[in-house]
Amino acid sequence: MTMSEGELAVTELHFVRDATLEPQPAPAAMTGAMGWLRSNLLSTPTNIGLTIIIALLLIWAIPELLKFLVIDAVWSGADRDACREIVQHREIGACWPFVWERLPYFIYGSYPIPLRWRVDTFFAMLAIGVFWLLWLEAPRRDLGAFYFFIVLPICSFILLHGFAAIGLPVVDTVLWGGALVTIVVASVGIVVSLPLGILLALGRRSQMPTIRLFSTIFIEFVRGVPLVTVLFMASVMLPLFVSESLSPDKLLRALIGIALFASAYMAEVVRAGLQAIPKGQFEGAMAIGLGYWQMMRLIVLPQAIKITVPNIVNTYIGLFKDTTLVFIVGLFDFLHTVEVSRIDPKWATPVTSTTGYAVAAIFYLIFCYSMSRYAKAMEARLGRGDKR
Amino acid sequence: MSIGVPAETAPARVPFYNDPKFRSIAYQVALCVIIGLLVYGAVDNVIVNLRRAHIASGFGFWNNNAGFDISQTLIEYNSQSSTYGRAFWVGLLNTLLVAGLGIVFATILGFLVGIGRLSTNWLVARTCSGYVETIRNIPLLLQLLFWYNGVLKALPDVRQSYQLPLDVFLNNRGLVLPKPIGQRGEGLLWLLILAGFIAAVVFRVWAKKRQAATGQQAPVFLAGLGFVIVPALLYALITGFPYTFDLPQRGRFNLTGGLEVGPEFAALLLGLSLYTAAFIAEVVRAGILAVSRGQTEAAYALGLKPGVTLQLIVLPQAMRVIIPPLTSQYLNLTKNSSLAVAIGYPDLVQIFTGTVLNQTGQAVEVVAITMAVYLTISLTTSLAMNIYNSRMALVER
Repeated sequence: MTMSEGELAVTELHFVRDATLEPQPAPAAMTGAMGWLRSNLLSTPTNIGLTIIIALLLIWAIPELLKFLVIDAVWSGADRDACREIVQHREIGACWPFVWERLPYFIYGSYPIPLRWRVDTFFAMLAIGVFWLLWLEAPRRDLGAFYFFIVLPICSFILLHGFAAIGLPVVDTVLWGGALVTIVVASVGIVVSLPLGILLALGRRSQMPTIRLFSTIFIEFVRGVPLVTVLFMASVMLPLFVSESLSPDKLLRALIGIALFASAYMAEVVRAGLQAIPKGQFEGAMAIGLGYWQMMRLIVLPQAIKITVPNIVNTYIGLFKDTTLVFIVGLFDFLHTVEVSRIDPKWATPVTSTTGYAVAAIFYLIFCYSMSRYAKAMEARLGRGDKR
Repeated sequence: MSIGVPAETAPARVPFYNDPKFRSIAYQVALCVIIGLLVYGAVDNVIVNLRRAHIASGFGFWNNNAGFDISQTLIEYNSQSSTYGRAFWVGLLNTLLVAGLGIVFATILGFLVGIGRLSTNWLVARTCSGYVETIRNIPLLLQLLFWYNGVLKALPDVRQSYQLPLDVFLNNRGLVLPKPIGQRGEGLLWLLILAGFIAAVVFRVWAKKRQAATGQQAPVFLAGLGFVIVPALLYALITGFPYTFDLPQRGRFNLTGGLEVGPEFAALLLGLSLYTAAFIAEVVRAGILAVSRGQTEAAYALGLKPGVTLQLIVLPQAMRVIIPPLTSQYLNLTKNSSLAVAIGYPDLVQIFTGTVLNQTGQAVEVVAITMAVYLTISLTTSLAMNIYNSRMALVER
């Protein structure tokens, strides 16, 4: 009896489910496209408002941009009449024939046309060097570094400037222009600023008070003034500092200004990397009997540079954008050639300026954006070892 | 006994040129000598070159008559009787004006975009990061030229000005706004606003103290707004608004009256603010990400709303990380304002290293003065920053 009562109680008192429920599908409003919309765009009243405002903005801006750059754009023509509303009787967007015609000027400036193969060779050699250094699995990257930092500068100088003894006529730097000048200025800045920046950073952390003092003064001075004034100094004061016979040409003056400016910024980036290296690394290196330069070259700098690579690339992006400032001291870099072309009477239309600026924006955007992607990828790659 | 003590030998003498102390001194002396020689050579060449070009040296030109016009002056200046020194102050004030306003706008936009980039709203986050990536990767000079030549100079001319609400006119000579003209009692109005501001600060201090003691909160922001606005509004209602507006009038060929904002100033302000805002947005984002996620979660667990969490929990902690790089962005903006020279806004660089340098030919002095101004601004700011940083570090412990 008691048994059966107990059994009865057990069978009747099922407080706990003895079989698991089949999982239910999530509510339809929370999954799929609707769910995504709800959680990402419409989660709160504020979010709904923001979404509407931004969507309206984009709906206005993106078609306008497309219309200007593609739909209403003029794709072929010989002169300004092709891009004038009064002549064409339709709405006119970007004036691409102007760009096609001026493209050689944007790339080479006034470099003599029969000699432009020399510029092309320089671009190709530079591209090889850049790929060799940036592609981390490339064979013989030590050779690559030698090529980039030693062979390339010498060859480029001979190619671009000319060397009468081997049959390459000299091309005065006044004729250089366009992307050529932009890339030359940026490359010189990049090649010079890293070693000089490392030296300055080491100098600023040196035990010797005079060296520390001079390095600090140089770095703080250059970082404290705008690049424009450094360029003015290079272009109007430098000729005063040297005797008349040695007076450097305009391009060289700007190169010196940019290289010194970039070095000071690079020095601070490298110094931050040096500060992140634990003291034990220095002490360990000294304990095994390495001298100062051996310690720096073999132990400290490899680690410091590794962690600063993303910041170094960011400095290079800044440097690349800053090359536009040579415009102000009268050099014909890419932006300056665009600026000169857009006021050319042959192409004077209301859309020429905007077209020119759009081309320049795309040019700089491509270079800077790819550098910043590279920096991001490097950061991820170098951070892999530290991930837990 | 058998183990012989080696005969005492003199410790191997290190040759003096391998002695670190000697080397260090030798390097430093060598550096000083090289720098000394370079400076000496440079000075010598400068003297020779200047003498040959018949250029005077020294700062005597400071009190000479400038004789050129400046399109925007905050202080009295005219080309007939004003000196180069006066032109210097005009340029410096113009630089400070555009930098000051630029900092305000860039900070507001930068914080909005930086916070927006971390928003849960997909569209907002994507738009903000698109803005940052685009603006940061296009040179500032190109942006300035675009705003100046591509947009503001391409506006219709004066006769076809756009008329915006509130009697604002927009044309290719800039923006013309109604110009407020102070009447009798203007000073009193400002005095009331100032008093309201002080009262608001005092109230805030009192409210903080009370909250610390009793836990009771007071509506500090609303009360403060009330302190500033209500007395001024009452005063204006009772005695009449102490300002009249000089409205721009459309003439036959021109607009007369009003306050003109030149297209150079507008383009520079717009370009600098938009450009620096993208960098400030990155600084703000990094600062917010540096605050641990647990802080936000704890705030939500206490029942705070997202907006309040941001305002009271996340941002105050993030500020410690944000402020040092933010200051360096402010300095960058100030230094970048020197690009004014490309679009003809009369800032310090345009007036001094442009016009004054061309007129006097005294490159060394002019460039030195200009650099000294920027250097003073930079070094003062970094000094203030270091003091701030050390105070923040103390608070942290």
